[in-house]
Amino acid sequence: MRLDRGPIRPAADATHPGFVLRDETAAAGIHFVHHRPTFDPKIASIEPHVAALGASVSVADFDGDERPDLYFTNSRFGEPNALYRNRGDGTFEEVAASAGLADLNRPGDGVSMGAVWGDFDNDGREDVLVYRYGYPALFRNVDGRHFEDVTAHAGLRRWVNSNGAIWVDFDRDGLLDLYVTAYFRDVDLWHLETTKIMHNSFEFATNGGKNLLFHNLGGGKFEDVTDKMGVGSTRWTLAAASADFNGDRWPDIYLANDYGPEELYLNDHGRRFVLTTAGLESESKSGMSVTLGDAYNRGRLDAFVTNISERGYLFQNNNLRLNQMPETGRFRNVAEGALADAGWAWGAQFGDLNNDGANELFVANGFISADRGKNYWYAMSKIAGANARFFEDAATWPPFGNASLSGYERSRVYLNRGVAGWLDVANKVGVTDLYDGRAVALSDLANHGAVDVIVANQNQPAVLYRNHPDSTNHWIAFRLVGTKSNRSAIGAEVLLESGGLTQRRVVDGGSGFASQNDRRLHFGLGAREWVDRVVIHWPSGARQILPRPPIDQFVTVVEAQR
Amino acid sequence: MSNATHVTAAERNAFVRSWERRSKLDPRYLIAFLITLVLLAAQLRYHMFGGYERLVLALAACMATEAVLSWFDRGKIANLLSAYISGISLTLLIKPQGGTLWPFVLGGFLAIASKYVLKYRDNHLWNPTNFAVSALLIAAPERISVLSHQFGNDVATNLVIWIFGLVIAARVGVLHITLTYVVSFLLLNSVRAAALGQAVLPEIAPITGPMYQLFIFFMITDPRTVVRGRRRQIVVAVLIALMETLIRFGSDKGWPLPTAFSVAPAFLALALVGPAAKWLDLRRIGRQTAVPAPSRAAPAKLREAEGDSSPIARGAR
Repeated sequence: MRLDRGPIRPAADATHPGFVLRDETAAAGIHFVHHRPTFDPKIASIEPHVAALGASVSVADFDGDERPDLYFTNSRFGEPNALYRNRGDGTFEEVAASAGLADLNRPGDGVSMGAVWGDFDNDGREDVLVYRYGYPALFRNVDGRHFEDVTAHAGLRRWVNSNGAIWVDFDRDGLLDLYVTAYFRDVDLWHLETTKIMHNSFEFATNGGKNLLFHNLGGGKFEDVTDKMGVGSTRWTLAAASADFNGDRWPDIYLANDYGPEELYLNDHGRRFVLTTAGLESESKSGMSVTLGDAYNRGRLDAFVTNISERGYLFQNNNLRLNQMPETGRFRNVAEGALADAGWAWGAQFGDLNNDGANELFVANGFISADRGKNYWYAMSKIAGANARFFEDAATWPPFGNASLSGYERSRVYLNRGVAGWLDVANKVGVTDLYDGRAVALSDLANHGAVDVIVANQNQPAVLYRNHPDSTNHWIAFRLVGTKSNRSAIGAEVLLESGGLTQRRVVDGGSGFASQNDRRLHFGLGAREWVDRVVIHWPSGARQILPRPPIDQFVTVVEAQR
Repeated sequence: MSNATHVTAAERNAFVRSWERRSKLDPRYLIAFLITLVLLAAQLRYHMFGGYERLVLALAACMATEAVLSWFDRGKIANLLSAYISGISLTLLIKPQGGTLWPFVLGGFLAIASKYVLKYRDNHLWNPTNFAVSALLIAAPERISVLSHQFGNDVATNLVIWIFGLVIAARVGVLHITLTYVVSFLLLNSVRAAALGQAVLPEIAPITGPMYQLFIFFMITDPRTVVRGRRRQIVVAVLIALMETLIRFGSDKGWPLPTAFSVAPAFLALALVGPAAKWLDLRRIGRQTAVPAPSRAAPAKLREAEGDSSPIARGAR
């Protein structure tokens, strides 16, 4: 296997990463601040821990103006979610209330944990599912400006304490199906009958909520096919991602599970999913997020899974798992050094930030930043190694108080240097905030050939990092429109070949942690002035080849009808 | 009926003979069996190694160091069983950053080298694994952590190890050390919890974890580093528990201790108290044996008088 296929130009290095990220949040008019939830007073002693999730960001062009918009979720009763419409002049306007997507955090319904966009009814407008600790909410995009709650009609009103969901057309019928992950089992966190709600192991827990797969029947209705398809993991799933890992043209599902090993469900021709070990079982950890990308330009989708590291206490280490499924039926973990240890890592995304043809990795970090002088790690170490009975009950945990737990950690920006390894250049490129990062999404917000980074921070302000790459590198981006496939083209994979450069990307229906990237696929080309060819594998199974597409621009590709 | 009685008696005699024969075994074989059992449970049930190369490197480093240093020190290669036990212990205990492998090599070297370098009156003072893990944790907490929750937090597996551990501890004559430490831990940390106004359960929870299993069955009872005499061994076990409680108290109060102390207070307590106790013990014995002996039988009688006739002590010599 070659790991050293790099750009023609000299590889980027620490002194010259080839891009700068500038915090331009305020200038863009984004003033979103996340508020964490509050729960039943019975678990107040560890509420900072239990309520440490919910900040999310997803990208979608909801109004069809070909400019990506941003949706942030909030997690406290009464606090609104925010939908930022991209004005196209570098600024955004907040329109969630008028769109009907603001007031989603209500007693009885639950609080938002994230959102994923997809055109489930194939009407050409992006719809959105908001998953909550509570009832999920499905909104149909009525006219590009207003949304209609169709949850009950869709048959999705079912309590799930969820931190993630993805759109995936698992049976390739052209309709987007929905996989909703569950964290806590389906208890009402505001009216607890017991405080025994926590995990039953720190690395092998199986008492989480049950993940659910909903089959899109058409006509706006969904059917629960979880048991029939065999994907009802109860492993405290925090994130899911989907792609065809084994090359059989059927989308598989990869899970990052907290308190447990990652899981890979291989799709058996849309008839059922088969849980396979694939080398993922040997390092049982705390999966926080999973993102897919071609790490070494092999034309494969590899998986990067974030985990927890804290000096002295715990090195669960991030995993960069190279996809060797077609040959060996396994993934191989190659993360080491700085890439393996980012602190308490959360959302991460692959993206070519310097347009040199190789993916960088942006990783958000930090769990709970409170009193800098108090560290909960020692308290947690008392129960973490103990018998499960000591921590299944939230009431027996040492009180959290105002302590920090892996707080004030900075994000990492890993420069991809091929075989020379991944180098953290966050400080060099201007990423210096110490917020408790959760969700990361990538999008070329200005349609100018540079991938920007949006980070949703827990209980803190969101940050927009505008990317300013070296202007000398070329790029190309694709906007895919499905016809036989789902219209959003979620699950479509694009393989680009250009002067020795090979790279694969997938249109994601949710990726990272509580996030979704711009579904337009961006490729950096370095100094290459042409693309030899592009192969598109549509979710329908169709294959489409584009010879020599124009570069330095967005290319819209409509799925061929035959 | 009478025949049956005779058969039962014969069987019992065979059992007793077998039991007595096993009691003459070098206790390290029993300990090696137990640590191998822990290792197998860890890997087969929990995939705990994180790579077989860790096991290979730790074992190789320990055994090679033992072989080389014993050759230089004594002119012959020592029995490598102790090195085997140390290698497996290190594999289980060390959790490195990323795919780092050097802690297993350096840890193995430190563990075994400490036996040949840090000596007093021809006896080493630190339990080799305890020395290596404590040293690595103090020197490089940004590179290594220790076993904590990787053993599944499971009753069944822990119970098997506890049962085997207790039986073997009884067989090799160190059960009193194990039990003294466990009781002291429970009492002292309950008192600490009460003094600090904290709930008791989280404070006594650690002893149910795998790190403590390794600690009470393999470190604190190490035949070569325990003091001589049952009563003294009990006192030292109490002192180790007391030191650990003090370290935990300091961590509770936010004293500016090195990270290692909060991460593995039991290991650090043993690393501090154990060698001091052993040094004092060796010094005491040295003074006593320095008195002209009236007869050749005197040293043996002296040991008997100290209650030092356990198989563990025999194995230690």
